[in-house]
Amino acid sequence: MPNTSRNDDRIEAKFGELRGLREGALVAYLTGGDPDPKTFLANSTALIEGGADIVEIGIPFSDPIADGPVIQASSMRALSNGTTPLGILNMIRELSTQFPVPFVVLSYYNPILAMGLDRFLQKARESGVDGIVVPDLPVEESEEFRNLSLKHNVDNIYLAAPNTSRTRLRTVLDKSKGFLYLVSLYGVTGPRDSLSPQALEAVRAVKSLARGKIPVSAGFGISQPEHVSAVIQSGADGAIVGSALVRIVGNHLDDPSEAETQLKKTVQSLKEATRPSSN
Amino acid sequence: MKKHAEPRTYSKPGKFGKYGGQYVPETLMEPLRALEEAYNRFSRDPSFKKELAGLLDDFAGRPTPLYLASNLTGHVGGARVYLKREDLLHGGAHKINNTLGQALLAKKMGKRRIIAETGAGQHGVATAMACAALGLRAEVYMGSEDMDRQRLNVYRMKMLGAKVHPVESGSKTLKDAINEALRDWVTNVQDTYYLLGSVVGPHPYPTMVRDFQSVIGKEARKQILQQEGRLPKAVVACVGGGSNSIGIFHSFLDDLDVDLYGIEAGGESLSPGQNAAPLVAGREGVLHGMMTYVLQDEVGQVQATRSISAGLDYPGVGPEHAFLMTAERAKYVTVSDEGALEAFKNLSQLEGIMPALESAHAISYTMKLARSLGTRDSIIVNLSGRGDKDVEIVAKHLPQ
Repeated sequence: MPNTSRNDDRIEAKFGELRGLREGALVAYLTGGDPDPKTFLANSTALIEGGADIVEIGIPFSDPIADGPVIQASSMRALSNGTTPLGILNMIRELSTQFPVPFVVLSYYNPILAMGLDRFLQKARESGVDGIVVPDLPVEESEEFRNLSLKHNVDNIYLAAPNTSRTRLRTVLDKSKGFLYLVSLYGVTGPRDSLSPQALEAVRAVKSLARGKIPVSAGFGISQPEHVSAVIQSGADGAIVGSALVRIVGNHLDDPSEAETQLKKTVQSLKEATRPSSN
Repeated sequence: MKKHAEPRTYSKPGKFGKYGGQYVPETLMEPLRALEEAYNRFSRDPSFKKELAGLLDDFAGRPTPLYLASNLTGHVGGARVYLKREDLLHGGAHKINNTLGQALLAKKMGKRRIIAETGAGQHGVATAMACAALGLRAEVYMGSEDMDRQRLNVYRMKMLGAKVHPVESGSKTLKDAINEALRDWVTNVQDTYYLLGSVVGPHPYPTMVRDFQSVIGKEARKQILQQEGRLPKAVVACVGGGSNSIGIFHSFLDDLDVDLYGIEAGGESLSPGQNAAPLVAGREGVLHGMMTYVLQDEVGQVQATRSISAGLDYPGVGPEHAFLMTAERAKYVTVSDEGALEAFKNLSQLEGIMPALESAHAISYTMKLARSLGTRDSIIVNLSGRGDKDVEIVAKHLPQ
């Protein structure tokens, strides 16, 4: 069994460690295999060296309904290079054997179903995946998947949105493991110039119900250090940045080493914004 | 076909056996709940029912005739073939049954902005018509590739006051138009109603759209009993998303002696990418919020589809069809592009009726089936739309 050295509940441990430092978590996202496996591995390493606390890797899907143009384009780049879910899990294995940072996988449900729920989760765990987000699998449809995630020690990370009712919120807070992924706006993923009007209110509402039982990380439309510090100051335990990083990859397809440099620099400044001194 | 199936043993609301459900982003769970609640309330409300029935009769032209195609019957030599004439409806297809129902529901819910997806443009046109009639604002997503293929329908939508958004993502066809409509809805949930055009997507759409379309089968069952004095041997309809077929099947589900045939688009062949036949050539998966049969590769990426008829060109299918197939209550087969073209020509020349290329798939199979049955039997085929929109495509393929 590979990765037996990787402990369980590493996401929880990471949030605990950051709490001790009075820092928020920076969750940094890239689309797996984008634009090609080698560049992707180098870019992921840049995220980690830049100080990402948790690395989230997307498995590209042909029909990503929760994603805006930036991640759609990255998915198409990765798929046109023949990227497969298993291929991405193998890339994560390469990273997880080198770096102690927790890894989260984001995948739409169909590629998981195609591999088989049990097999997917087993492979994920063997590759060093600590948590999984399935954006089109709400809690009502996920009983079997959740049970298997528990069995394989992969944290099943549920999502909440600004319009999630309090009753549902209690359920997802109760069932989520690792952290709760708070969608901070009405819309799809993608960088925005300013934080959505609902974001901070949503963070406070969810945190008041979470009562410290599970960390809450806010994502969607969070692209700049000011957004990160604002959600952390409003009580979020973490900030998730995706499209802003994926855009860097897309903007430097001809110059991958510049992408690495930019990614590292950007992650450094985003991470800085999770620290109390940043205000 | 199973004679003792229990076709209505659905496990819970929104599920057809294991199919259906709500596989959507969290942001859509609340609007779907609100939609379900509103639908449950208004669909039982006598004044809503009366208003919708009035629109269906006086605006759309219901009831539609059940027409004995005697020339075709004579030509084939077998069972009597009846055409359910949905092609005579306003707009030229069954789509208006659903758009009037949902547009009226949206209006009752206080939503003024309506979004819709469209492939060939028939649902887009029917949405634009219903919205114009009810004073609602319509915005339609359409793949840029489909816009090129169906320019006339784009113009019709615009003339009817709808805004058409070209979709440039993915394969630039119906599947991507649905993706884009879902993204719009996630962004504008508070003031927007998503008027989905078939029995696909997350619950409550497959149930709600089926209910609005089931008027087809209710009429057809009554009409065949009046005209033939007994039920038909079979009911045949084409299946893309599956709304016209579920609409005509539904009233016959408990008539276990009536065989139900859904005809998928066989395209060029049954090889990957060469057809639009998820029930015949696909396997279980999740797409657009539903568990159903999906055309996909080994690792779960949704495949490109191909059919001469844009209205069948979709890699998924309504979950209730997946259920009816696995419960062996309905049978699903394919007819190729070539078969559909031949049937288009046959019906036009024998009956003076040009069928939509979608419906031509059903006509083709019906002719084959009629030949295998006795002259005392009858078959109803749902003529879901008229073929004027397809004349250019047909002319290209059948030079004469």
